[in-house]
Amino acid sequence: MTHQVRVELPFHLRTLARVPGEICVDVDGTVTVGSVLDAVERRYPVLLGTIRDHDTLKRRAFLRFFACQEDLSLERPDFILPDRVASGAEPFMVVGALAGG
Amino acid sequence: MSRVRVLVGTKKGAFVLTSDGTRKNWDVSGPFFAGWEMYHLKGSPADPNRIYASQTSGWFGQVVQRSNDGGGTWEPVGNKFAYDGVPGTHQWYDGTPHPWEFKRVWHVEPSLTDPDVVYAGVEDAALFQSTDGGQNWQELKGLREHGSGSTWAPGAGGLGLHTIVLDPSNAKRMFIAISAAGAFRSEDGGASWKAINRGLRSQYIPDPEAEVGHCVHRIAMHPSRPNVLFMQKHWDVLRTDDSGDNWREVSGNLPTDFGFVIDVHAHEPETIYVVPIKSDSEHFPLEGQLKVFRSRSGGEEWEPLTKGLPQKDCYVNVLRDAMAVDTLDKCGVYFGTTGGQVYASSDAGDSWAPIVSTLPAVLSVEVQTLT
Repeated sequence: MTHQVRVELPFHLRTLARVPGEICVDVDGTVTVGSVLDAVERRYPVLLGTIRDHDTLKRRAFLRFFACQEDLSLERPDFILPDRVASGAEPFMVVGALAGG
Repeated sequence: MSRVRVLVGTKKGAFVLTSDGTRKNWDVSGPFFAGWEMYHLKGSPADPNRIYASQTSGWFGQVVQRSNDGGGTWEPVGNKFAYDGVPGTHQWYDGTPHPWEFKRVWHVEPSLTDPDVVYAGVEDAALFQSTDGGQNWQELKGLREHGSGSTWAPGAGGLGLHTIVLDPSNAKRMFIAISAAGAFRSEDGGASWKAINRGLRSQYIPDPEAEVGHCVHRIAMHPSRPNVLFMQKHWDVLRTDDSGDNWREVSGNLPTDFGFVIDVHAHEPETIYVVPIKSDSEHFPLEGQLKVFRSRSGGEEWEPLTKGLPQKDCYVNVLRDAMAVDTLDKCGVYFGTTGGQVYASSDAGDSWAPIVSTLPAVLSVEVQTLT
């Protein structure tokens, strides 16, 4: 089954990917943190390396992953996202950490 | 008529400044990549419309941008910089071994002859090469695997490879410099390297005359004399007349010989420029007066150049990649400051005027002379 998952990207990644706002990606099978990011990078190769490391796929330190009012940043890549993300009712959010100061 | 294009990298984006050969009226375009740190932009000598740019961010990592139309439009190219093999360790600030980790591209150096060939100097220190216009990057690992590599330690700004100088008379020869390891030379296109730091003396390392460990800030060459190099070290200005085998200090009468930039006049190989900075503890000009110093004798004897530069309350810095020259007659000299000014001289440094005054902090300045 293919899910159409909504993804919110931070401003600078939207600019880099040349998208005006929220994006929608096709995710085959189970909708997990990893499968959504795979789909984002497949659709927008320019984002490779900017959300997670090229080789280790480790999340970049100053980015967070949110969905349905939950912080999923520390979850494993195979963490299954809530049904409301898989159904497209809620977006998966990639958020830049606040700079502080 | 000739034109000049100045490529400016700043803490918050890139700017392209253009003028005709009179260098009096300037058009400013940008910011490109607004909000990103633009460490360095440089055009290909073989195709001036081909420009490479290093775009970095603490949040999003490294991006490399390429323009094929002189900076009008840009496209991201490859950003994967993977060390070749098991990278091992270098020395950390506390003396312990620390894994080699890619952080950012400090400097891009296009080939002198092929617009699709470009080198990248990165932190943690390594040299990468692309032969397909920046799409794919391969490490020239002979440098990192130089026998001293495990002893290299970062300076306060990081273990960055910041200087790449290509020999126009010998396609196999290149020079690089690393903070804080020193200068190295390759005679075989980057496959193997020799440390070239004899004559450098650095009081801040245990053996002041060690083979490696010196905080070289910048090296400059005049293309007509590739065996002569000029160096701004952490402290000391030096020159070599034998391709780096032996260096000698030429700080002479400089009021302070700390600084970052050094460059050579386009038509006078013995005329060099530095911007003295007060000290490694106080990164601003002496007495709040911004002065370029010029030597017409290859060092030792220096004259201050102040006309048009602020002579009171000026506390900016001029970073290592932020000076360049054009090849017009008279030679133009350009430098950018951490205060967001880019100053230009169209008379070899005799007088200066700001092209722009309120950019973000300037990280790099490169100049293209277009005919």
